[in-house]
Amino acid sequence: MARLIALGPFGDLLPLQVGDVTCTEVTRNALWSIAPFAGQHAAVSAQMKTQIALDLPAVGRRAQVGDVICQWVAHDQWLVTVPVTLDGLAAVTDLSDGFALLEIAGPTVEDVLARLVPVDLRPHVFGVDDTARSLLGHMPVGITRTGTQAFEVMVMRSMAASLVHDLRAAMVAVAARDTP
Amino acid sequence: MRIECPYCGERDRREFYYMGDAVALDRPAVDAGAQAWDDYLHNRDNPAGSVRDLWYHEAGCGAWIVVSRDTLTHAVQGSVLAAEAAR
Repeated sequence: MARLIALGPFGDLLPLQVGDVTCTEVTRNALWSIAPFAGQHAAVSAQMKTQIALDLPAVGRRAQVGDVICQWVAHDQWLVTVPVTLDGLAAVTDLSDGFALLEIAGPTVEDVLARLVPVDLRPHVFGVDDTARSLLGHMPVGITRTGTQAFEVMVMRSMAASLVHDLRAAMVAVAARDTP
Repeated sequence: MRIECPYCGERDRREFYYMGDAVALDRPAVDAGAQAWDDYLHNRDNPAGSVRDLWYHEAGCGAWIVVSRDTLTHAVQGSVLAAEAAR
């Protein structure tokens, strides 16, 4: 039987470095969508606390214990990186192959993203583990601050190449300036 | 224009899709009669002043929201989740 070669959604587009900013692919074994049924938010949160030691984070927040991440992702919806059993409490859907994730990091990363994202991402407004859904160029994305100079960007897998294209253009433009 | 989302806070208008008057949340009963259904489906006011409209935070959290807005001053007065406004 043919042995398949694992290939991430970004293929050979990443890693990418321009100036002092780098983009690297983020690989998650799984992404599960958790959408609590009406009135079941507290019960879902309690079940998750028992099963994976993480409850549902507040709107706009990400939580992490060890390698397991749970983040708010939309209206009544969260993403978690391991499967959880929530029969009768929530709609649980495997979205593992649906998204492409990259980390963009560097001293001028905020200047790069400011050219593309209409949300204030400065640290006193958007701190570590804050997450937002917004636009990057014309693409709907999820953006999470993972460090003082690092963000994770989540995009629909079909838009992976467009994401790199737009980021590269902004990285080149920022790197070309004497002062950002 | 900046629109306040109950989840995401104040966001740029480009993240939203506009649907129209929030009358869509008040669906008449099946036997409410032709006039009520005509008003629900077709007849809309065009006020100069305060309006309540349905917007979809398409490029954001994906929530339908009811935005109160003034068509004279363009002021956005606030918003609530459509799911809560419809209760």
